[in-house]
Amino acid sequence: MDRVTRRSFVTGVGAASVLPAATLLTSAQAAEPVKQNSPDASGIATPDVSAADRPTYLFFNAAEVLFIEAACERLIPADENGPGALGAGVPNYLDKQLGGAWGAGERLYRSGPWVLGTATQGYQLPFTPAELFRTCLRAIDHEMTAKNAAFHEMSGDQQDVYLKSLESGAHELDGVPSDIFFDMLLKMSIEGFFADPAYGGNKDMVAWRMIGFPGAYADYYESIDKHGVKFEREPLSLAEDGRGHVHMRPDIPANL
Amino acid sequence: MAQRLKEVDVVIVGVGMVGTMVAKELAAAGYKVVGLERGQTRATVPEFQSPGIHDELRFDVRKALMQDNTREPVTFRNHGSQIALPVRRWESFLPGTGLGGSMVHWNGQTYRFQANDFQLATRTRERYGKNFLDADLTIQDWGVTYDDLEPHYDRFEYLLGTSGKAGNIKGQIQPGGDPHESPRSRDYPTPPQKEHYQGALFRKAAAGLGYHPFPQPSSNLSQPYTNPEGLKLNTCVFCGFCERYACEHYAKSVPQTVLLPVLLANPNFELRTGCQVQRINLDSTKKHATGVTYIDAVGREFEQPASLVVSSTFAINNIRMLLLSGIGKPYDPASGQGVVGRNYAYQTMSTVASFFDEDVIINPFMASGASGTLINDFAGDNFDHSGLGFIGGAFIGAVNTNGRPIEYHPTPPGTPNWGKAWKQAVVKHYNHTVMFSLHGSSMAARQNYADLDPTYRDAWGQPVLRITFDFPQNDLKMAAHVTAKGVEIGKAMGAKQVVGNPRKGPYTVTQYQTTHNTGGTVMGDNPKTSVVNRYLQSWDVPNVFVIGASNYPQNASWNPTCTLGALTYWAIDALKSKYLKNPGRLVSA
Repeated sequence: MDRVTRRSFVTGVGAASVLPAATLLTSAQAAEPVKQNSPDASGIATPDVSAADRPTYLFFNAAEVLFIEAACERLIPADENGPGALGAGVPNYLDKQLGGAWGAGERLYRSGPWVLGTATQGYQLPFTPAELFRTCLRAIDHEMTAKNAAFHEMSGDQQDVYLKSLESGAHELDGVPSDIFFDMLLKMSIEGFFADPAYGGNKDMVAWRMIGFPGAYADYYESIDKHGVKFEREPLSLAEDGRGHVHMRPDIPANL
Repeated sequence: MAQRLKEVDVVIVGVGMVGTMVAKELAAAGYKVVGLERGQTRATVPEFQSPGIHDELRFDVRKALMQDNTREPVTFRNHGSQIALPVRRWESFLPGTGLGGSMVHWNGQTYRFQANDFQLATRTRERYGKNFLDADLTIQDWGVTYDDLEPHYDRFEYLLGTSGKAGNIKGQIQPGGDPHESPRSRDYPTPPQKEHYQGALFRKAAAGLGYHPFPQPSSNLSQPYTNPEGLKLNTCVFCGFCERYACEHYAKSVPQTVLLPVLLANPNFELRTGCQVQRINLDSTKKHATGVTYIDAVGREFEQPASLVVSSTFAINNIRMLLLSGIGKPYDPASGQGVVGRNYAYQTMSTVASFFDEDVIINPFMASGASGTLINDFAGDNFDHSGLGFIGGAFIGAVNTNGRPIEYHPTPPGTPNWGKAWKQAVVKHYNHTVMFSLHGSSMAARQNYADLDPTYRDAWGQPVLRITFDFPQNDLKMAAHVTAKGVEIGKAMGAKQVVGNPRKGPYTVTQYQTTHNTGGTVMGDNPKTSVVNRYLQSWDVPNVFVIGASNYPQNASWNPTCTLGALTYWAIDALKSKYLKNPGRLVSA
């Protein structure tokens, strides 16, 4: 298995794009914080995630991680309200979901014939979520390489322009209309931001704290008719033990 | 080769609320009853327990309690000229599966329909003239009246313990209730739930405009209750995980809490789960059912002979069961002939969002599935439709059921879909917004129907159901009219910005609206326009009864469950007092 340091990824994205998918990127190897975009005026971002907090990616390869981390942080950026996608662990959520049953097509009807259909008929591609991400991320990487560019090295504004062009469906990503990929990326990013931290995102329940959602907490009988009073309580994760530690369980099945 | 089992008196296809009710009554009357349920057995303990049950991703987003669409999907198209494609993920509507059926994940909103609804075609003609309706509408009377059903509504509400406030007891208008409701014989079994802030804001504004707000009738109970079957329910604690979830507290009225324990204790009843019924079998005359064929969870095929077959699956699955079994003539939209799949209808859902300043703290996460406040002033035929060009209406209510943030994070129009401005808007508005539901009727139309798909198959190799549906113009006009009224109420609440979202076409399966699919096996007085008679007995095969919201000739302005409960007791009454004593046609064709 190839083992590559974080620095070599940052400096050698062209090479990284052809590395095998099995490449692991661990916290220890990622000693250097990745360059990230934050909303500062310079356009060149400063990291808001310490190296020790970096997840171990099991699904995304190193080149994919560069795009996913940068793109997610533009979709849900850190701001004065609190951490964005990176700080909340959204890329980790995506990694674990795409590498698990959901990525493999859990609860997705997968028999043909395959016809794109109308917008009202919904998703109609043969790809599982994992296959869709792999296909589209590879195509994006090829697009970038052809232009001698790298998404994660662009300014925030440039990244937004590129993401908007994906959103509008302007690209064909190895046959996939780019809006279909973008919609799945955005939907899953919002899931990872707001889902229970058991799934690997919403780290420390930051997204819940930001909006005042108490999470899995379950009894408002005494509060509901105290109208207009802010509910002040630590949010609760469904995977929290007696000491308040949240146990990661990204493999919870999507059935009972 | 199917293994032939010992004959029983009754086989029930689908052990949800309807199947449980029918099985319980007939088993108690001494008949041998087998219940075939395709899903798993499940109970409040251990399956529905916290903390695992409070998982938005698993239950809301990924539809953990729903019909396995990877094995049993439906296909959909807007118009007959299009190719129907599989609904590859559930979004628009969410049929449940497993013991207790879809009711396990309901919100507990327990409305009666009004007298007018059951005679809609006749009363519309009488009030507005025979040329008032759009030409594509195929609405019709139900063949039963509100008065026929009232005792059965009452019995169902007392089974559930529904918490509400009567508005009309035997013709006497009751303060605090819904003055538009048709007369009921007595008040609800338990008082209304506590009112949340959204409801209180709505109540004041609606009353100030001269409307008639009342508490939502809720089968998430306001106080402990012991039902006539001897089962005990607890007080709901407003956890905000109701629809799409099962209740951990024994506070939501579902088969597991109100009836199943009684049924399962009766030795005349046998439950078999994991059993996928392939068809109802007919003899060579095609006018008599001999039982059903099913495949169990292990893949073994069985024939279960029975004297009486009751199809009590979710509405769309009832349609498919009849089509797969060759019972009743399939509907042909070109000729207008045939009945099975005809008058498929839905619900026309609109919303109004009222955005307040940040000093108004809403706490949207404190709610039950039915703890809101609403008005019926623009529902059904409670307002004069002369000159409006449509029939039907919607209730308008502050009936938001939760603040689960993956799917609930309202932002005003103009907010981007992502990025800093999106995030800031989400944070700013999450706890300061009131959402109204405008729960609109759905009129049957000639072009909307269900049949068997010519291409796509389920995991057992059988054709899946094909739904062809778009909103009739009548319903879109209704949605626009009623949404404008909702916006006025939002403004009267003092919101800073009020945004109406009237339902617009085309219908899409990519966005949740409701799980109120109706029609396709409709009831009525005429076998040329109905699948079952007024007792829900098949016109073509009299020892088959079909019970579900699939019986509704069109859908009214309210959630359909309570009416289905009343219809079920009505049909049970006919089975016990008439059919089983002398099996045969209860109504001559």
